[in-house]
Amino acid sequence: MAATHWIPARLRATRALTPDIRLLEIEPSGPVAPVPPGSHLGVAVMIGERPDTRSYSLLDSGADGLYRIAVKRLPDSRGGSAYMHGLEPGARLSISGPRNHFGLTPGRPGYLLVAGGIGITPLHAMALALHGAGSPFRLLYAARTRQDLALADGLRARIGDRLETVTDEAGGRIDLAAAIAGLPPGGEAYVCGPYGMMEAARRAWAESGRPAQGLRFETFGTGGRHAAEAFTVRIPRLAREIVVPRNQTMLEALEAAGVGMIHDCRRGECGLCTVKILDADGTVDHRDVFFSDAQKAANAHLCTCVSRVVGGGITIDTADRAG
Amino acid sequence: MTDPKGYPLNAWYAAAWGHEIGRALTPRRICDKDVVLYRRTDGAVAALEDACWHRLLPLSLGHLKGDQVMCGYHGLVFDATGRCTFMPAQETINPSACVRAFPAVERYRLVWLWMGDPALADPDLVPDFHWNSDAPWVGEGGTFYGLKCNYRLVIDNLMDLTHETYVHAGSIGDEAITRSPFEVTHTDRCVTVERWMEGIEPPPFWARNLGRPGHVDRWQIIRFEAPTVVAGDVGVALAGTGARQGDRSQGVNGFFLAAITPETATSCHYFWNFVRSWRTDDEELTKALNRAHVNDGKGVYDQDHDVLEAQQRAIDRQPRQPFYNLNIDAGALWAHRLIDGMMAKEGRDPGKGVPPVGLAAE
Repeated sequence: MAATHWIPARLRATRALTPDIRLLEIEPSGPVAPVPPGSHLGVAVMIGERPDTRSYSLLDSGADGLYRIAVKRLPDSRGGSAYMHGLEPGARLSISGPRNHFGLTPGRPGYLLVAGGIGITPLHAMALALHGAGSPFRLLYAARTRQDLALADGLRARIGDRLETVTDEAGGRIDLAAAIAGLPPGGEAYVCGPYGMMEAARRAWAESGRPAQGLRFETFGTGGRHAAEAFTVRIPRLAREIVVPRNQTMLEALEAAGVGMIHDCRRGECGLCTVKILDADGTVDHRDVFFSDAQKAANAHLCTCVSRVVGGGITIDTADRAG
Repeated sequence: MTDPKGYPLNAWYAAAWGHEIGRALTPRRICDKDVVLYRRTDGAVAALEDACWHRLLPLSLGHLKGDQVMCGYHGLVFDATGRCTFMPAQETINPSACVRAFPAVERYRLVWLWMGDPALADPDLVPDFHWNSDAPWVGEGGTFYGLKCNYRLVIDNLMDLTHETYVHAGSIGDEAITRSPFEVTHTDRCVTVERWMEGIEPPPFWARNLGRPGHVDRWQIIRFEAPTVVAGDVGVALAGTGARQGDRSQGVNGFFLAAITPETATSCHYFWNFVRSWRTDDEELTKALNRAHVNDGKGVYDQDHDVLEAQQRAIDRQPRQPFYNLNIDAGALWAHRLIDGMMAKEGRDPGKGVPPVGLAAE
């Protein structure tokens, strides 16, 4: 992978979109070219005393020279969202990219965009791009409450009734099967949201019989079926017992304890950081997109960069065979 | 003065002759990007980034499975939109996996690719090159692939035909060209250089094709369409028969056609043709005209080829910017201005390389 190139930037303005979602307007030090929808920005953050990086989807093309992101303060934050919420206008930032791993295919006969909660951010940019291009699309946007529908009012003003919102509090549900059935052949769906929504979308897509590559999704590896909690990992071969704190990934905890691991994407995509499960007395919360549903059900392996355990601990084996 | 090496990305560039693209995977470097071209089963041309997402092996070294390309290294498969449809040794597909797909349009016998933002790839913006495909025009051209000069040097060459007097003496060049005044006009997309040489001795090429004795009125009306297409309306008619006023019935008329595509900063692909509207059924004449242009180093375009590559070598050895310009360079300088304007509209400094755009997964 290419070395990350950081450029200085300034936080120009912030605005509360909801009680826990904040819009940040970032002004890079140099001129920027418009970016395609789905792009994300790398931001250097400090987690306590430790530098780290986070990725945030851009809300629009940045054609006016500003990068706009929306950040949700997460209760299970590993520190990134708390840092981003603590920044004041004028703050100096280091940014990288933008990069795009969630590219929008042009020229499809129809598009279905599905957003859950803060997952609206990349789909916001896609909706604006598709609207600008005059492409047929629908954006389905779900959140817990009316108040949690960040960006909905602004979007409705720009794309009108192509935006459809539902909330849990109103008992709403996105009918994914019907929405997918309404897509013309060759149409594509783009999904970003909590794990359960993406699982449901993958299932509905598979049941529709459409080609797998027509469903596009992005995962930031946050959120699973269960809330994050601390758990214990035992590695008999290494005679180690390691506690994974609530706000750290299993991969990070293993590395911090000196267990040799290889990894790359840290999004549950590449499958490099997987370990073998020998025994689990808790429930494995598979949060990756690397394993198939059948593999997850078999529970023989897990992706340590995103997946967790709740209600107990786990016994694993790693690649280490040093005598 | 902008860096003359830059080129716009939001434009259609000729990438191949339509007849060259079939079911074989055809690699080509366009605008500093490696691209693989192939014809889908429905007859349309697909263009993908020629590098596997996984380990960058050129996909052109793999093979086609239906409309999809399988990498020849580990078997990853990509569809014509660049989406990965198969990954080895796993039951799922990495959602980031894709290669860039370039919008492609086949028109005027050429395959045109859009190298910039795919959302802006409007087929209506393909440059007007209809003389290459439409009656009454007939001709067979070719391509200089990998011509070792910056693409703008070719445009400069075509926008100022005084060079014919010296580079093409004995065929189409004569001193009337350097003696005759010319007029340069432009719109926001096109530049036209028009020159009339009235009552002159025709140069050998035109005398032969006119096939009638006497003085002629000769014209060269060169139309550049930004960023890289040139179509030159050329011909002669018996002097005083009204050609300049619109009656070309007493003459012969052809078009030289050029679609130039940047390959790298110092090389380009030069798609050329010479089409005519006289003796259009004469296939021998079509062949002869083709040979007159490229003839083992002795054709008209071979002569240009030598000059252009020598010019680029000189620039590389002893760069001196800017060039000195003469009044004859007015057409070329307007062309440069239109090209630079397109680049500025893309928010790019013409000298500063190429930012990531489109679907590229880095």
